[in-house]
Amino acid sequence: MSLKSKSLLAPGHRGCAGCCDAMAAKFTLMAAGEDCIVVSPTGCLEVMTTPYPETSWEVPWIHSLFENASAVASGVDAALRAKGKLGKTKIIAIGGDGATLDIGMRSISGAFERGHDFTYVCIDNEAYMNTGVQRSGATPFNASTTTSPAGKVSFGNQRPKKNMPAIMVAHGSPYVATTSVGYPKDMIRKVKTATEVVGPTYVHAHAPCTTGWGFDTSKTVEIAKLAVDTALWPMFEIENGELTKVRKVKNPKPVEDYLKMQRRFKHLFTMEGGEAEIKKIQAIADKNIVDFGL
Amino acid sequence: MTATRKIDKSKMVVVEGSYAVAHSVKVCRPNVISAYPITPQTHIVEDLSQFMADGEIQNCEYINVESEFSAISALVGSSAAGARSYSATTSQGLELMHEVLFNVSGMRLPVVMTVANRAVSAPINIWNDQQDSISQRDTGWIQLYAEDTQEASDMTAQAFKIAEDKDVLLPAMVCMDGFILSHVYEPVILLEQDLVDKYLPTYDPEFTLDPSDPRSFGAFADPSTYTEFRFLQQKAMETALQKIEDAANEFNELFGRYYGGLIDEYETEDAEIIIMAMGSIIGTVKDVIDARRSKGEKIGLLKVRSFRPFPKEAIKKVLKDAKVVVVLDKNISIGLNEGALFTETKSCLYNTDVNVPVVGYMIGHGGRDIPVGTIENIIDEAKSVISSGIKTESQFTDVREDLI
Repeated sequence: MSLKSKSLLAPGHRGCAGCCDAMAAKFTLMAAGEDCIVVSPTGCLEVMTTPYPETSWEVPWIHSLFENASAVASGVDAALRAKGKLGKTKIIAIGGDGATLDIGMRSISGAFERGHDFTYVCIDNEAYMNTGVQRSGATPFNASTTTSPAGKVSFGNQRPKKNMPAIMVAHGSPYVATTSVGYPKDMIRKVKTATEVVGPTYVHAHAPCTTGWGFDTSKTVEIAKLAVDTALWPMFEIENGELTKVRKVKNPKPVEDYLKMQRRFKHLFTMEGGEAEIKKIQAIADKNIVDFGL
Repeated sequence: MTATRKIDKSKMVVVEGSYAVAHSVKVCRPNVISAYPITPQTHIVEDLSQFMADGEIQNCEYINVESEFSAISALVGSSAAGARSYSATTSQGLELMHEVLFNVSGMRLPVVMTVANRAVSAPINIWNDQQDSISQRDTGWIQLYAEDTQEASDMTAQAFKIAEDKDVLLPAMVCMDGFILSHVYEPVILLEQDLVDKYLPTYDPEFTLDPSDPRSFGAFADPSTYTEFRFLQQKAMETALQKIEDAANEFNELFGRYYGGLIDEYETEDAEIIIMAMGSIIGTVKDVIDARRSKGEKIGLLKVRSFRPFPKEAIKKVLKDAKVVVVLDKNISIGLNEGALFTETKSCLYNTDVNVPVVGYMIGHGGRDIPVGTIENIIDEAKSVISSGIKTESQFTDVREDLI
């Protein structure tokens, strides 16, 4: 799990400078090693890594559709079982928040309920970035996206993030963790743990998107860390339904520190009433501190 | 060559059509079965589940998925991982699979799927017609239609052989009329394991999801390469034309049963009226032809086994000397007022030197019975086309005026 391990995601892909997907995929492969099969739903990661006839994947990789990665992974798992190859090769599905908790919800729910032996890594950049920053079920409260824009009578997306980790815990997953691309060692350790636990395991990685969120391409890690340091993104591990590990946040920073660096929250600092809206976001962070004992 | 069956009656057993098909799947030694229950496909997947529970299918996993969408999606993964992969569905289930069907074919994965043909909602209806599979015509799947349960059973093994051929590598649907074939009990010979092992080679794809030889499946193709993927699918379909004939002939050599390859002919040699159809209606049509032939009427049947690839040349050859062609369709293209077999038959005769009137009848929608009398009436109308030309090119059959 060393950061100096050989990268199994070859350079030269079409990811943006500062791309969170490339980081998440690289860390995931560092954790999984060479003996794995990767399933990707449609999304930025798929598009940027496999412009035919090129590919960045140094491991076997398959993309089928937007909403069926978990079902495809189920089939790979069944094929390995049928051919007596189970237990050696790790199966990993890695996709964005739209493909995971919106359009792919049926597929992931079915695969987890059936108990296939695979790890699902959700790269959560909090909107449909591949199609141009449209709102997803993971878009945070008051974020402006192209389909939940801030405007004269709107502060942007008015719903909180869907609590996908809790849903996966409710499926009886033996290992559910949240992590962040801002913390590579944490992410690599958690993905490695997830792939070693037998059964369907889930790692939800917070992943700031430079183009979608509107920040300088050099700031991906900084923003990711601020989400954790403001307690807006709690990092925890749940094993067999029990919260076993939490990353403590010493002296949590005010959410403004995180919000003000991003275009998607800019309206909260310019619109009348924005201050009260920021307080609502602070309340979300404060609740996380209580709920997870941050 | 027309249909021949060397039937050893001592080998025959009376089983449900679904059981005969499930048995065929079993002896084809699948590695992954993934299916979601839907009437009238259910008995096939129930029988397969029982085979699994009894340990009768070795080296196989059965995935009880949460939807048809996942049923066929799982087979994308399993087939790419080198597993012989099977599913069965019908109607709404098949329509739910629509997006994935293109994907399976585009990725050149030789999945085989039984379709127990059923009408499509709304209004909801569980009975037989062929609207479901016909609506998937352009998804890049081979589509074969069976006349009876023995043929559906035998066609299953043929479908694996055709689909997995390295020069084809396309998925295949074996279409059998729901209830009429899936639920009927009749005597059949269940496929013998030793013969199937001789007939169907092990599935050994050149490329799989293998960590020792990493490959990317399902890449993104831009305008500079996309066209060629489609072109090669079409070429594979053209190759399949001959492979379907070969698979039928090889099957005949080993098992002694032949139903035609792409098509079959019945009493067509001197026929003035040729009826075209697909599926279980063939039996009724043959009975009517026998009766009419005994009265000296020159009527024949062209049975279409392969709807995709569409056997243009074979059809043209049979129809060239007819005086009228009657096409029966258990489907409709709403807005065109034609069934698909009718439209495509006309299309394949256009721009050729075959100039024969073709009339279409849409029949048996939502399981409406097709009695002998209905076929008799259609034949009588066809005779009038010979003497006085086409009055109605394509029409519904048996519309109840009292309901309109």
